[in-house]
Amino acid sequence: MDVDQATQIDLFALAPELAVLGASLLVLLIELFLHGPRKRFVNPIAVLGVLVAFGFVVALWLDGAQRSSFGQMFVVDDYALAFKGFFLAVALFVLLISYRYFSEIRTFQGEYYFLMLAAFLGMMLMPSARDLVMLFIALELVSVPGFIMAGLRKFDLRSNEGAMKFFLFGVLSAAVLLFGLSIVYGFTGTTTLEGVAASLSAGEANPLLLAATLFVIAGFGFKVSAVPFHFWAPDTYEGAPIPVTAFLAVASKAAGFAGLLQVTFVAFEPLADVWAPVLGVVAILTMTLGNLTALTQTNMVRLLAYSSVAHAGYVLVPFAVVQPGDAALNADAFSAVLVYLFAYGAMNIGAFAVVIAVARRHPGRRVSDYAGLGQRSPGLAVALTTFLVSLGGIPPLVGFVAKLAVFFVAVEAGTTLGIVLAAAVAINTVISLVYYLRVARVVWMEEAPEPEPEPVQPGLALGFTVGGLAVVTVALFVLAPLLWGAADQAVLIASG
Amino acid sequence: MSVPAGYYLILAAALFSIGAVGVLIRRSVIVMFMCVELMLNSVNLTLVTFARIQANLDGQVLAFFVIVVAAAEVVVGLALVVNLFRLRASTDADGVGALRA
Repeated sequence: MDVDQATQIDLFALAPELAVLGASLLVLLIELFLHGPRKRFVNPIAVLGVLVAFGFVVALWLDGAQRSSFGQMFVVDDYALAFKGFFLAVALFVLLISYRYFSEIRTFQGEYYFLMLAAFLGMMLMPSARDLVMLFIALELVSVPGFIMAGLRKFDLRSNEGAMKFFLFGVLSAAVLLFGLSIVYGFTGTTTLEGVAASLSAGEANPLLLAATLFVIAGFGFKVSAVPFHFWAPDTYEGAPIPVTAFLAVASKAAGFAGLLQVTFVAFEPLADVWAPVLGVVAILTMTLGNLTALTQTNMVRLLAYSSVAHAGYVLVPFAVVQPGDAALNADAFSAVLVYLFAYGAMNIGAFAVVIAVARRHPGRRVSDYAGLGQRSPGLAVALTTFLVSLGGIPPLVGFVAKLAVFFVAVEAGTTLGIVLAAAVAINTVISLVYYLRVARVVWMEEAPEPEPEPVQPGLALGFTVGGLAVVTVALFVLAPLLWGAADQAVLIASG
Repeated sequence: MSVPAGYYLILAAALFSIGAVGVLIRRSVIVMFMCVELMLNSVNLTLVTFARIQANLDGQVLAFFVIVVAAAEVVVGLALVVNLFRLRASTDADGVGALRA
């Protein structure tokens, strides 16, 4: 690599990341000088940092030019900007739902917001990374703060054990990913995604190299909690503070998918014959196992945890229909993944926001706690029903658009695997409706236990999040062509 | 006289396998963690060997990143182990009771 090129830094391209980094350090510093209940004021600082970063993303988008830094390792293009905008929106909502939860616990607020922003910094680096080294660093920057945040309720054994499990699976999968990465580097002699793709399409397929690509994909499989790497997910989700659970279920998972998109659609595209069928089997197992286990859950957070495992299965479907060299099909598969992730983000954070609101009154988080919510807090009940029905994939909500995108691309592929996948998506959608609608039935049909609990009051930040995301869930269905168009704009596939 | 590069790769693969088996069969969190470190170091060995074979520095640079990230993971992991020990007076991955639904 040319030294001059490698040391050239485009600060404007890095501005959103720098804003988040600055906000995270500021939060850590300012918290030292605040005492008692005033520590909660670090939250608005973090929110402000996220908003500034979002402003920079918009400015970069208006600027339109493709920029790069660190010798093409860090690239800002439409794909990267789309994901950065998405991550920052998620960050905003996660911060809003954290506000009251953490100001009531009153511990580790500075640390929490610092770690959260650090993890989002890693996420924003992820879609810009065009080099395996950068991709690995971004992935770890998302994971390591996640380990700590999952164990932030230090006094609670469940939180600690969940974090421990998350940590052990996390470092194990990082080691596996790195081993695969080292072999890929050994065979191709380069670590850039484009370089790997060029070298792979030129050379012979070596069995060791094929195994290495699967190792790398397995490392990302952990991050997105695909079966059989999902064991950590339900326990970690249950033990972690609920805003952290929302973060793990949406943001960290989407970051894993962003990395997986770059690795599979760009670097390993010439070997799609090998990994696509494997991912197809993983997709079917993931959605089926997630949905069947969710059927029997009585704990609301565990139910949403298994539901998020199942959703990872749906997102994996477009990966399984990729064919080497078929640019039109691959582009459609790519945009289907984006549509699904954006839709999933909106509805799942909304669902967790309602869970946080209700958990204040009912710390047990049981599904039966939601009995009579329709009478006690009609607004929350309507929003929760919207999110659950959308997760189930019923029109007129955005979840339907997402399911349709995945379903169509599986049919479009026309292969046997594609048809099987489409059928699996359809069957699983029906299974998932059973447990989503069971919760909705508890909310609306069952009487509240005696003596009647007080209505749930979500407060301003949480109320805004729930209401806003409910509107988004409906509006994105109406504006589905817009969502499609944005996803099509942001497609990034191997140019070779 | 130099050792052929293939031997380094075989050694690295052996270390990686020992580490992987260790993680799967040992029950103490600390020993599992040490096995993961073994796997990460086998990755470093592989990277440096390949950097030598390919005659470029990318692999050696990546090895440095791996070392740094591994150190960060040690910090987080040991903190979690200490807290787990305080709450439970044991570092076994088994006997997890609180989380079984």
